[in-house]
Amino acid sequence: MTGSTEQDHQRRGLPPSRQAIDDKLRAIIADVLGLDRETVEAFDGETGLFGHLPELDSMAVAGLLTEMEDRLDIVIEDDDVDGEMLETYGALLAFAEMKVIEG
Amino acid sequence: MRAVTAWPAPDIGGGTREEAALVFDKGRKHRLLVVPPLFDEANKFRRQLVEIMHRLDLSGIDSFLPDLPGTNDSLVAQRDVTLETLRTAAVAASEHFRATHCFCVRSGAIFAPADLPGWRYAPIAGRNAVRALLRARTIASQETGNKETMAELSKLADTQGIVAAGWEIGSRFYHGLTESDVPTASSAIDIDHETIGGSPLWLRAEPDEDPEQADALAAIIAIGLTGE
Repeated sequence: MTGSTEQDHQRRGLPPSRQAIDDKLRAIIADVLGLDRETVEAFDGETGLFGHLPELDSMAVAGLLTEMEDRLDIVIEDDDVDGEMLETYGALLAFAEMKVIEG
Repeated sequence: MRAVTAWPAPDIGGGTREEAALVFDKGRKHRLLVVPPLFDEANKFRRQLVEIMHRLDLSGIDSFLPDLPGTNDSLVAQRDVTLETLRTAAVAASEHFRATHCFCVRSGAIFAPADLPGWRYAPIAGRNAVRALLRARTIASQETGNKETMAELSKLADTQGIVAAGWEIGSRFYHGLTESDVPTASSAIDIDHETIGGSPLWLRAEPDEDPEQADALAAIIAIGLTGE
């Protein structure tokens, strides 16, 4: 799997730095939840995560956050973790981008 | 041929006790001790370890996957395990099975016998091994309306021990893990997961196997041992 194509990048209309975070986050979700890359590539900002994906239980959330820390080189505090941040793919991506900028 | 055997493991209170070991043993020249990761990663990766051992068997290499006291099917209480008991048991297993080399995975690198040459697959520090467990407990407790923080749980674990994500971790073990970096690899070669490719199996919710990843790992080890 070589990640998304040039066409996908244009479709999402993200600048390159945000695109890199988006690509990493999709790879993390696919790896942690055991989902096909194609499924995760089809996520948009409104795609529901916690409470919508049966794979995403509390242990998987813990794995997801720990893997985000490792691969995005960020630190996630207790207070960062709430239902809203995990509600949709768009919310999680916005959170990841904010943390990368902070870091 | 694959077999399950018993081996005399050092008991935590002194003496020895029988533990199980999954072995491919034909008395061959190359004998590989396999050291699995800790906690849930051990369960998620065990099937893949056996796949790798099976491939090594076909390449003429013996391999041994021992239960260390307090891990896998061992009846020793999890709370009594420490890094020292794991290290002692891993060395005892390498001596018992006359291992010539070692293959350890993830947090297995922290307690694998230091003087055996071999390979470390995606090694991690002890603190990373416990972080996801504590975090799982904070999320579970948040859901039940009884909020706990990572800092509180870490302090509790360090002083009294903790049960997190179903694993009972004694305070000495927790302290040892949080203090331990990935040891310097003096005689082992590190294999990054990027070298193997695909999705890391220890992250999955359910145990799985991946033939291509098993092929790649077994090939690295077999080429290293037999030069073929």
